[in-house]
Amino acid sequence: MSSTAELHTLTGAYALHALAPDERAEFERHLEVCPACAQEVRELAATTTRLGLAVAVTPPPALKEQVLRRIATERQEPPKVSRESRGAGGGAARGRALSRFALAACLAAAAGFGGVAVWQHQEAQDARARASDSQQRSEALAAVLAAPDAKIRTGELSDGATGTVVVSQARDKAAFIASGLPKPPGGKVYQLWFNDDGTMRDAGLLDPSASSDSVLMAGSVGEASGMGITLEPAGGSPQPTSDPLALMNFPT
Amino acid sequence: MKQAVHIGGPASAGPDLQELLGQVARGDQAAFAQVYDMVCGPVLGLVRSVLRDPAQSEEVAQEVLLEVWRSAPRFQASRGSGMTWVLTLAHRRAVDRVRSAQASSDREHRAALLDRTPAFDEVTEQVESRLEREQVRRCVRTLTELQRQSVTLAYYQGLAYREVAELLSVPLGTVKTRLRDGLIRLRDCLGVNA
Repeated sequence: MSSTAELHTLTGAYALHALAPDERAEFERHLEVCPACAQEVRELAATTTRLGLAVAVTPPPALKEQVLRRIATERQEPPKVSRESRGAGGGAARGRALSRFALAACLAAAAGFGGVAVWQHQEAQDARARASDSQQRSEALAAVLAAPDAKIRTGELSDGATGTVVVSQARDKAAFIASGLPKPPGGKVYQLWFNDDGTMRDAGLLDPSASSDSVLMAGSVGEASGMGITLEPAGGSPQPTSDPLALMNFPT
Repeated sequence: MKQAVHIGGPASAGPDLQELLGQVARGDQAAFAQVYDMVCGPVLGLVRSVLRDPAQSEEVAQEVLLEVWRSAPRFQASRGSGMTWVLTLAHRRAVDRVRSAQASSDREHRAALLDRTPAFDEVTEQVESRLEREQVRRCVRTLTELQRQSVTLAYYQGLAYREVAELLSVPLGTVKTRLRDGLIRLRDCLGVNA
């Protein structure tokens, strides 16, 4: 199992066919959910094409005849149902269309119960707003991980838990990926901080309900030279109220 | 470092090849002959760079070209250029061949791999590929030594990144990163957009 940040660094090795089969399979699964990685892979594959063109040779004339003779009797494959249409963009679009359809069906079925239908519609809209908010955040997160200048540092937090911070100066954003961090004790949350030369600046909470272990740190990197993580009362604090569990310098 | 060089190289091979592949997808053998003329030189050159052995290279290049014919209906222009699609097939086949041939056994003359330079200097009469070669050579020179070695060992010799790490005696993570940032630097230097 690799973390998202580790997987992201594999774009180069993937484009060069330099991964072992199991790693390639894992990375391809990751590509399905990471449009920024897929875009980078496309660009790096196009780059390798230039490397290939640079070693072009003049083929022996006899080769052409042989190949043309062989294709004359060779069957072609049927076109594949486009993965693209199932993939990132298309899939989301179809999801939306489907939910509108489902919603319309709900409304029709509930025609006699006007109040209920409206309430359901409202709830659906809330859910959609939440989904699109979280999608925006994960896109922003992917953009940091995909930034060409992204730098990565991993450090020990406590009890074998590790934290990885990814910083893109160009995007002025940082992402934090926790691994093996225990659930915070009741009434407490983990809070992230930017370290501005010894002064801690709020960088958001680690969302305990998030399914992913990676978060985009709130706010911009600015002059921060590192980050910290503390345990705070639920809801977070304006300033740290406890000793940091860990302080990490940003990679330079 | 950022300035892009654009002399004209592969751009002229772009739209035509896509269109021709569309015709090939519908079984057009004359269109395939034109595709052949465009891609065979790069395919054979790349395969030869990985496999070295001329006879084996020709055999694999033929397989690649047959695969282009067979799977042209599956080519999707939205996912990359026609040339990228063809050379990706070629590289994968060459790499599969070289790795299966040497499966567990050591590659002969491992150390010799380090001294191999890509065949940038083979003679070609086509002005276009001479220009392409010049640009790539120039951009490869902008890489750090470790980036250059990692990228060329992986691409031109078909080594897996673990083999690259072993050969250069550097940690696996370093090689992964150098493969990525090396290609990113080349992308920017060559002005690739995809």
